[in-house]
Formats: sequence, C-alpha cells, structure tokens
Amino acid sequence: MPKRTDIQSVLVIGSGPIVIGQAAEFDYSGTQACRVLRSEGLRVVLVNSNPATIMTDPEIADATYVEPITPEFVEKIIAKERPDALLPTLGGQTALNTAISLHENGVLERYGVELIGANVEAIHKGEDRDLFKGVVEEVRKKTGHGESARSVICHTMDDVLQGVDTLGGYPVVVRPSFTMGGAGSGFAHDEEELRRIAGQGLTLSPTTEVLLEESILGWKEYELELMRDKNDNVVVVCSIENFDPMGVHTGDSITVAPAMTLTDREYQTLRDVGIAIIREVGVDTGGCNIQFAVNPEDGRVIVIEMNPRVSRSSALASKATGFPIAKIAAKLAVGYTLDEIPNDITRETPASFEPTLDYVVVKAPRFAFEKFPSADSTLTTTMKSVGEAMAIGRNFTEAFQKALRSLEKKGSQFAFTGEPGDKAALLEEAVRPTDGRINTVMQAIRAGATAEEVFAYTKIDPWFVDQLFLIKEIADELAEAPELTRDLLAEAKRHGFSDQQIAEIRGLREDVVREVRHTLGIRPVYKTVDTCAAEFAARTPYFYSSYDEESEVAPREKPAVIILGSGPNRIGQGIEFDYSCVHASFALSDAGYETVMVNCNPETVSTDYDTSDRLYFEPLTLEDVLEIVHAERQAGPVAGVVVQLGGQTPLGLSQALKDNGVPIVGTSPEAIHAAEDRGAFGRVLAEAGLPAPKHGTATTFAQAKTIADEIGYPVLVRPSYVLGGRGMEIVYDEARLQSYIAESTEISPSRPVLVDRFLDDAIEIDVDALYDGEELYLGGVMEHIEEAGIHSGDSACALPPITLGGFDIKRLRASTEAIARGVGVRGLINIQFALAGDILYVLEANPRASRTVPFTSKATAVPLAKAAARISLGATVAELREEGLLPKNGDGGTIPLDAPISVKEAVMPWSRFRDIHGRGVDTVLGPEMRSTGEVMGIDSVFGTAYAKSQAGAYGPLPTKGRAFISVANRDKRSMIFPARELVAHGFELLATSGTAEVLKRNGINATLVRKQSEGVGPNGEKTIVQLIHDGEVDLIVNTPYGTGGRLDGWEIRTAAVSRSVPCLTTVQALAAAVQGIDALNHGDVGVRSLQEHAEFLTAARD
Amino acid sequence: MTTSSRGTTRVPAVLVLEDGRIFRGRAYGAVGETFGEAVFSTGMTGYQETLTDPSYHRQVVVMTAPHVGNTGVNDEDPESRRIWVAGYVVRDPARVPSNWRSRRSLDEELAAQGVVGISGIDTRALTRHLRERGAMRVGIFSGDAVRDEAALLARVKEAPEMVGADLAAEVATKEAYVVPAIGDKKFTVAAVDLGIKGMTPHRMAERGIEVHVLPATATVEDVYAVRPDGVFFSNGPGDPATADHPVSVMRGVLERGTPLFGICFGNQILGRALGFGTYKLKYGHRGINQPVQDRTTGKVEVTAHNHGFAVDAPTDQVSDTPFGRAEVSHVCLNDNVVEGLQLLDKPAFSVQYHPEAAAGPHDAAYLFDRFVSLMEGQRA
Repeated sequence: MPKRTDIQSVLVIGSGPIVIGQAAEFDYSGTQACRVLRSEGLRVVLVNSNPATIMTDPEIADATYVEPITPEFVEKIIAKERPDALLPTLGGQTALNTAISLHENGVLERYGVELIGANVEAIHKGEDRDLFKGVVEEVRKKTGHGESARSVICHTMDDVLQGVDTLGGYPVVVRPSFTMGGAGSGFAHDEEELRRIAGQGLTLSPTTEVLLEESILGWKEYELELMRDKNDNVVVVCSIENFDPMGVHTGDSITVAPAMTLTDREYQTLRDVGIAIIREVGVDTGGCNIQFAVNPEDGRVIVIEMNPRVSRSSALASKATGFPIAKIAAKLAVGYTLDEIPNDITRETPASFEPTLDYVVVKAPRFAFEKFPSADSTLTTTMKSVGEAMAIGRNFTEAFQKALRSLEKKGSQFAFTGEPGDKAALLEEAVRPTDGRINTVMQAIRAGATAEEVFAYTKIDPWFVDQLFLIKEIADELAEAPELTRDLLAEAKRHGFSDQQIAEIRGLREDVVREVRHTLGIRPVYKTVDTCAAEFAARTPYFYSSYDEESEVAPREKPAVIILGSGPNRIGQGIEFDYSCVHASFALSDAGYETVMVNCNPETVSTDYDTSDRLYFEPLTLEDVLEIVHAERQAGPVAGVVVQLGGQTPLGLSQALKDNGVPIVGTSPEAIHAAEDRGAFGRVLAEAGLPAPKHGTATTFAQAKTIADEIGYPVLVRPSYVLGGRGMEIVYDEARLQSYIAESTEISPSRPVLVDRFLDDAIEIDVDALYDGEELYLGGVMEHIEEAGIHSGDSACALPPITLGGFDIKRLRASTEAIARGVGVRGLINIQFALAGDILYVLEANPRASRTVPFTSKATAVPLAKAAARISLGATVAELREEGLLPKNGDGGTIPLDAPISVKEAVMPWSRFRDIHGRGVDTVLGPEMRSTGEVMGIDSVFGTAYAKSQAGAYGPLPTKGRAFISVANRDKRSMIFPARELVAHGFELLATSGTAEVLKRNGINATLVRKQSEGVGPNGEKTIVQLIHDGEVDLIVNTPYGTGGRLDGWEIRTAAVSRSVPCLTTVQALAAAVQGIDALNHGDVGVRSLQEHAEFLTAARD
Repeated sequence: MTTSSRGTTRVPAVLVLEDGRIFRGRAYGAVGETFGEAVFSTGMTGYQETLTDPSYHRQVVVMTAPHVGNTGVNDEDPESRRIWVAGYVVRDPARVPSNWRSRRSLDEELAAQGVVGISGIDTRALTRHLRERGAMRVGIFSGDAVRDEAALLARVKEAPEMVGADLAAEVATKEAYVVPAIGDKKFTVAAVDLGIKGMTPHRMAERGIEVHVLPATATVEDVYAVRPDGVFFSNGPGDPATADHPVSVMRGVLERGTPLFGICFGNQILGRALGFGTYKLKYGHRGINQPVQDRTTGKVEVTAHNHGFAVDAPTDQVSDTPFGRAEVSHVCLNDNVVEGLQLLDKPAFSVQYHPEAAAGPHDAAYLFDRFVSLMEGQRA
C-alpha cells in the first residue's frame, strides 16, 4: 500500500532557535523531511523562527513562515494555509509541544488538520513519566525484561520531600516532565540540592510535574533508534553505547556506535524490549529513541526514557549508519511502509532491514564552559554541551582519537609529554564527570593507575579502559623506539594518532613526521559508509579515512571543489556557517563542479550524504584535509578548496594549505591575513582614509597601560585571532586592566592583546557584502539594537536599518568597497562599523561568510553564500546578475522604503548553567558572545517585527501587567520615555527606591518594592526577587551597573531566567520592546511567508 | 610466541584465497594452518553463537564487525559442544574481555580448541572481494606454516570444495538424546540432527515440546519409533544436493502427513523432497539483519541467516508437487531468494533462515508457534 492520497498539503514545524539540547540536528531532519514530502507531490508549509537553517530556504518548502513557533502564530498560519495534515515529529520538543497545544486548544479539529507521524496518545504515553512507567510494566509482562527505576511523581515540593523517603533516601534523580534536553533535571544529594533542582523543575515543566527516581549512577548506558511503519514492521536502526556511564546526559557523553560491550543475548533483550515499547506506546509511523541502563554486575535492564520523535540521537544514528531516519519517518508518515522504501545507499535493497556496521563511530561533545566562568563544569543529567563532533574509524581507537581532534579545542587530544601529575589526585579528579575528564583519565594511566583503579573511580567499562591503555602503550612505544620504523608508524596511525601527536611525542615538527610518513608510503585509505558492511555495493560516496589497505574512492572526470565545513558547533561558530557551506555546494554543483564536502559535525545538513557529490566525514585539521586533497587529486582534477564559508576553522587552515601546494579559491590567504592582522589592516584603512577607533597592541601590562592612558578609558581589550569575542572585555579602569592581563594565559609576541578605544553610545552596524575585484554587491546593512560593546552575535539587529539614512548607506557602501578592494576580497566580507557622533568607525573586517549571511539572505531574498561560492571560482557580480543569482538591479543597500523590516534576536543559554552553589549564572550581555542561536521576526513595521523576534526567542512580550524597572545611573535618562509608554499601555510599574525616585520626579507613578538586600518588610512585604519567583512580575528591565555584572541585579536577572520572565538588560532593548508592545496592542499581527516576501522585493526591484 | 608489551601477538599470519589474493596479518587463536570455504558474516553481536554453529563446519568465517571478543566467552551462549568454524578472520580482537558473564577470553578459547585464525587484515577489502568474486577456498597459515606464496596457494587449491560436500553426518550427534519439555509436556517431536543448534530444541521445549534429537542417519522407522506429533529437520553444513538420505526420510514423513517443520538445511531438504532444485549462492546470506517477508501476511521480519545454498522454486505461483500444492511462503527482500516453503494440502513448512536466532533477532520466533498449531490441528 503506497502513499496516502487523502493528504495534499502538510504543515511541518521546525525547532526554532538553536539552544542547548535542540540544535542543528533538527535542521538536518526537517530539511530531509520537507524535501521528501515535496518530492511526493505534497504542498509543504513550514514554520520555523530560525533563519540560519537550510529548511527555511525558500526552495525547500512551498510556503516558508519565519514566524514564532507559538500556538498563536501557528494557528494564524493554519488559518491562512489550511493544510490537511501536521507533521510534528521532526522539530524536536518545540514542535511536539506546539502540536499538543494546538490539539488541546481545538485548533487542529477546528481547521480539520490531521496529526501525522505521531498521535496524541502516543506522545503522552512516551513523554508522561507516569504513563510511560505503565508502558514499561506492560512490556515486562510480555518480554520478561525491562523495568523502570523506582520512582515517584511529584507536583509540589511536599510531594518531593516525601518522595525521597519513599525511595529510601539520597541521592535521587530529579526529572521534570515535558522539557527538552533534560532541562532542569539533576542529581540531588541532600535536601538543599533537592529543593533547588525540584523547585526549578516544577517551574520548567509545563505540567508542573517532576519525577523523583532511584539513582543508577555508574551503570552502563545504551540507546536504540527504532522505526515502525503502519504495518507494524519494526527495525532497530542503530545501537549506541555511552562511554561515560549513567549520570551524564547522553548529549554530554562520549558515545559509541555500535554498542561495543553487549553479548548477542543482552543486545537482543534490549531489542525485544525496545520493539515492545514502540508498539505499546503506539508510535505507528515514525521513529523513536529509547534509552536503557544496564547494571554491569548482573545485566538488570532499566528503561530510562523514550522520545517518540526524531532526536539528536537519531540524527547521529543516521550519520553513523547511512540510514536517513528523518527522511524515512516522513515517508512513513504519508503512508509508505518500510519495505516499499528503497535503501538510498544500495538502491537495490529495501529500508526494512537493520544497518550493520564494519566500522566504529565515536561522538564527542563540545562544551563552552570558558564562556561561563562562574558555571559549575560538572556534567549531570542536564545537557550543557553546545555541539558535537563525530568520527568514523575502522576500530575504536582510530575513531576515538579522530573524534577528539575533531573537537578542535586546545587540549582535546591526548597528550603524552610532560609530567602526568599525581596518580591519586588524578583518579580523585576523574570521579567527577567534566569536559575533558577523559584526558584526566589518560593522565592517571600515565601516572601508573591500573585498569582496575580506573574502573573503580570512573565506572567506565573495562573494555573501553583497556582501549585507553592500548593508546597509551603505543604512545610509550613511539617515545621509546630508537627510530620511527614503518611498522611502528603504521601501527600508531592505525590507532588514530595524528601526525601532530606523534611529532609531540618524538620532539619533531608535524610536517617532518608527515614527510617521513609519506616517504614510508603510509597514507590513509577511504572506506564507504554503506549500511551493510559491504554485503552489497554502495552507490553513495560517503567516505571516512582509515589506515587500512584498500581505498574505495572512485575516479571522476569533472573538476572537484572541496568545501571545508565548520566542525562542531560552538558559541560563535554555529549552524550559520554550515548554511553557507551547503549553499556553496548547491551553487557549485549547479555550475558544473563535482562538490566534495569535508566536515565532522553530525548535526548538520552539510554532512547529509545527499548534499554534495562526495562527503568526507573527517576532522578539519591540516593533516586530515591534506590527505583528502591528495586522495581527490588521485581521483581527478581539483579546482580548489573553499575556506571562506565555514567560519574560523577552515580560514585558519588556509595559509598552511596554500603552503602545501593546495589551491585556495576566492579570497587568498594573504588577503585573509591582511584583514586579521592589526598592523596590516590598519594600513588598509589608512590607505582608504577610513577611521578606526584608536588602538594598540600589547604583550605586557606596562604596554597596555601606556596605550590605555593615551586613548582614555573605557577600553575594549581582547586577544588576537579569536572568534565570538572570546576573552573580550570592556575595561573601565587601570586596576581591571592589570588583572585582565594577569588572567590572560595566552599572551605572547605572536598573540598580543588588542587594546581599543571603547565607543560609548555608538550605534553598531554590520555589513555583509560580495566583492569580485571590480564590483561591490552590498548584501545588507544591519543596525544593532544594542549599542556597540555588546557582541554583534548577542545583539538584536534590524534590516533594513531603522535609523540610518541614505547618506549613511552611501558612506557604508564606499567604506565597504574600499576595504574589500584594499584587503583583496574575492567573495564575501563582513564589516562591523560603529557610528559615534557623526564619525563612522571601522571596528573589524572578516573576509569570510559571517554569522549574519543566512539572515541577510532571507531578509533580502538573495542567496549571498551561493553567489560568494561562484565568485570564489571566478564568476563576476555582473555575470551573476545576468544569470539571475543576484538581482538585475540594486542591492541590499537599496531596499524600498515600504519593504518589511526583519529583526534578528539572539537566544541565550542562561537557564542551562549553574554555579557550584547551584545558583544561576548572570545574564548580562557583554563583548564576549554567549548566545547559541537566533530567531528572525519579519513584519511591515519595526515594532511588530521586534515583538515577533522576542516571541520567537523567549516567548511573547507581555501586553499588560507589572513591569519592574531598575536601571544603572547612566541609563536613567533614556528610561523615562519608554517607562511612560509602558504606563500608557496600562502597565503597573514596580521600582526600587533610586529608580522610583527618578520616575516620580518625571511624573511617572511607580510602586516601590524592596530590594533583595533590604529583605522582607515588617509587614511581610516581599522583595523584588520573591515577587519574581512568585510569578507576580510580567516584564523586567534591569541594566547592569558597571560591567562586572556580578554585583547588583544578579539575583533579579537569575530569578527572571528561572521563572522565564522577559528580562531586558539594555535601555535600547527596552525602547524596542515598547515599540513591540505598542504594535501588539494595536490590532492584529499577521503572518507572511518568505516566498511572498521575496515576490514583493523582486517586484520592487524590477 | 613473541608477545609485544601491548599483549597482542606478533606472530605473522597469511591468508591466501584460491584466486591468488593474499592478506597479511597476525596469528589469532591457534597457530598453524587451516583450510575451508571463505565466507563473511555481517553480525555485529553473537560471535560465540556463530563459532559454535555446526552449519559453519569447514568454513573460514570473516567477521565484518571489526571488534571481536569484547564480551569474552561464557558457558551459556554456545550453540553446540564445540567451535565448528575451520578458521576465523577478524580485524581487531579484544585484549581484555568485559562482561559479567564472561569466563575466559575468546583468544584463549580459540587456541584451546585449535582454531587457527588471523587478525589485523583489511576485512572489508576481503569481504568486498568475496562479494564480487563469490565464496571460494581459502587457507590461513601462521607460525611455521608460513612459506612462500606459491606453495601456500597450491595448498589452498588442494583443499576440497564446498559444492558436493556431504557434511551433516560429521557434525550431527551420533547418539539420539532427549531435550525435555519445559513445564507441562504437550507434544513429542522427532528432530533429525543435520547440525542442529542448541537453541532450536530449546525454543521447542519452551513451548511444551519434548524433543527427541536423532542422528543424521536416522531412518523413517527411527523417526516414528518415538511416536512423534511432529517431525523437525535441522540446519546443517554442506551441499543439499548430496543429502539424499534425509530427503528420502522426509518424503516418508510427508507421505504419512505428520506435521513437519524444517530450518535452513531442513528447508533445502523439503525443497528437494518436493522436487525443486537447489543452487549455490554467489556469496550466501550470513548475518542477523536480513529482511524477510512473510508473503501470507506481508509483514517483514528481521532475521538471522546462514546459508550458502538456496532452493530454486518459483516465487510467483503455486507449484504442484507429489505432496500436493506448495508455495514459497517467505522471500528475502534484498535479493528475492526463497526463504520459506509451505504445503497447502499437508501440514508441512520450512524456512531457510533461523527463527531460533542465537545469534540474531527474535522476530521469527512465531514460526515455532506455527509448528505447535500444526500439531494441535492434527490432534483435533
């Protein structure tokens, strides 16, 4: 029975902004699903507030709504588009929760929309802890295996405290219901921890429900990915084993596929239980993920949870096996059965089978604790990693070491030189799971720990522990060998040692090791991910390297372009760069090139085997890239390597690649240097007669002080060559300058500290542009909402700019062109300007695709990354205009006055982090980027667009209620007008004494509330923090005093985060929010698809 | 034997295929030489069950999963009294087993049972070679057995071929024995052992069947001496074209109309008894992920396979046979190979794959229930 014929149009809900626990994997899944549904002839309507996704490209769906994913907005879309069905299982927890709301409030029934891919009962059975326990009990009756951890469901703090006694005491696990990525869950070892974690969990859970559970810390953890069709055929796509035992969220664990330490009997038990669960829950057309804990002492199996939808793990499983779960889930949802769907990779066998692997896959998480210095770095059941890298090898050691170097983070690879430290102390340290615990374990082994000791302290399975010993023993052999023989070097490569590691151990240079290796004829071969362990021929060139014997790279005729991706997502380098790489692949494929993608991020669209002609799932290090270039040159002509689209990672490799004879297309490595090096860039600016803020570079405090004294405080200080404003700070006085220099560990003559004049009260402007050597195409001009000094990645911005006039655009255009020409750009450039007074300062220029390229492309309906890729390979702006890739006339600087306004807002991960005392981390924005993702709001006027951006990022702005205002002295003047507006909209204002006084003097009434430091009043008057916790405040405006941000207001802001109350931390944001509230209170807010938007702009341009 | 500081053996070993392709690695298990038919198995779990499956007699098994031996060897999982594979080819053997049931390492077990193996070769390259060229003879040589390549190749070419090999009697029990029913006994089954796996009588015993396992040489009289409610023909090694004796015994059973069930070799024997031919597959089905469709229900089951030969029966029509109408009940969706037969006028059916699993998924366990219903139906 093939496809259903009663469905003509489907609404797909995306997952919204990238946040911890819900990231690019849903772009990968959603994009696959939309493509499949369209190829089946269905009209696809998509809603996703995240502009940095491939799925929101206008050509992926028929109608694309970049609108907030809230029941209100989705209802508007349903009313307008009248889809037959809603597919909610591909957009993570956000989509599932939204679909449930639309079901419960009757919208789906009212508009006759059928939920496909999952039914409401199944969603509840899978997600509701109590119901799921019942499922597991049923399954135990049928299969004789599987049970739930003993637990109690709690709805109040009293339930929680009693629950601990029922379970027999601490520690206990707290899990809130219906939250994503395990948000709000954790281990409580005593009552204080319990009150905190459970209190927050009750708040976070949409059903005010938490589960308290017996501790199974230290057990083995497994996951199965299953799929089921309407004929009740079930397959297990992949098994995943967590290297880190129970206690660490699977998103934060190193994980391995397939499971390594199960006998067939034990594996089949998990499989039987898994299949019985998917049947009992009633997922009838789609996939699910089931997590298990296995007691290493007796094999007792506990079912932890199931997700009745596509998940991060299913994306990983798809990449690990070559079985595209999301794609197949979409086909099942519209009526196909597994045996009717061909396996893409073999083309001849059906999808109703279970992939078998002849390689090992290791995923390693990437964290960003350096961005949140006050956060507790202990890994728990709340996910904290911001990205991940996956690696494939022919054995565990090879895959594991490749994964660690894919993380591309200082110290992520094992180091074997230097003193390891004290064994006892290292073992003690290894007890606490952290980012980098694995390196601590390795040092403990080097310090003489036995395998038994490592297991006793960490509970890492002895087989994995032995693999660590194997790696260490090879490192010892490398160190001790009189010379690097062919056998020894081949053996080390076979176990994943990088040239760099070997060089370090042998005290050689990396390039020397490489040369020796090549002389000895030791090079990797490339094997295919084929779903079937070579039983059938694979038609899809999805490769990974291994130091084995036979390579499977086929010769080709067309010239290849190798596109280097951006590696694991991290703050500052996320999905936006993957977007640009994917676009380059599409554009270059259309232009007749064979596209070759290199990346190691399993979450992304770029690592879908469908995206490029060839995919190499490999680390983005010089060694790995050089080997791929070599292999591709053996296969056929190579036109060049694209480095400017994947962010800082490929950019950082460009010079070394060129030095090794690899052709870099587009902006040359020398030009990249000219933009990144302060001195060289200063000369470019001077020649073009453009002002930059006064600045200098220093390697000592004395030098820094001299510069700061000369240009005056405040100064902006930062290390050179960083992305995302890492370590950047606004310094207001000499004392802080001294401590900043003292704290900076990486200062050296080649890596000096940059000291810039800080432009107070300046408007910051971002420009994305294309340059072909002759002509500039101004892609877009974005005006930041927050002032200069807040990282551009964390600042909201508007396009077209809302307060800049034609003269300003003209100046921006001229400056951009001068810089692009001076630097020597061929492709994209992003420049940040600051307009202070009437002077337009150049803050910095990046000769590469920027974070804003997808936003600019969508706001202006022009595919900038595609154009950049073409320009890199020699096309001109004029040719691209002629071809239609760029508009015939005009550009991003000539947007008509009646064009809609697009607003980008950043999404911050505050709620994920706690300090070691369990308190929230501060939420103040600064020059260091900390946002994980972004949303876009688009509407005819700024206020509505801003309101939509807020609704998409944090939930709707309140339109009435109580607003608490407390601002720093320097912000008090700017606060008065917006405060008056709030009152005019019927808000009751709350303020502490200082702010209340200023408001009063300006004729604005405010209710005086007590500061936290004042404590509860004599008649029980609550402090502002208590009011927030009790849900009595609807909007918070709190700007920090000074820049430390950790002084006053911290408790207010963290309370706002834990209660999810909108909290504005700049007066500019307040002014924008007031415009938004004004728009919301003035009549109906509509929705408009990107396709309609593009049509409008195109018509206006002609 | 020299052992490096890493505990892995450094004894060189060579694998030589009859078409002259050579792989060099290290000895694994026993050191010496061995010959057999090279086949690959794609299962990621269950090496202990695979090694002890009598159907692998005289075959050198290449494991496509790179890590083998991780869970060691326990005393519960073997499918028969000994390891049957003629040789074992793995990429990365475990140095340390890890499992709560493990009693010893696989390396030790292989050495103790004299099974010559090789490790550290490109098993994927070897698998692709066998996929393209078909299963063929192979030799593994390690230690003193390693000589010049031409001499080794000559030895490989002297080894017997699988086509025409009659091996069931070599692996089957010599004496009849009884596997008692678990719980109340409901039925008696005579199981002709052509290389039976331990899980098969166990699956029947679980359903209240007392299983009388008979040697491969059992006659129709021997079968009926146990007064069976049903008769079972097991899996086993070798070329079904040589199995004339079991075919004639099965015809005797079919004539009497006793409920009959066959697995693997038993399926091929039913095929022959009905008058169909059998043929050798290019490289066989060996793995635990094979999609088989039950044509009566349309449902797909993921199943364990281990067969190098298949029945040549028409999949698109009902055939007339000396025992009435017969049809192909199951097919493999990967390549449309016949995976099951059933008679429409008599209570007899068989499958080419392994519903007893071990190793493998339990999706097809319902077939034992189907056998029980046939016996119930006969009684009613």
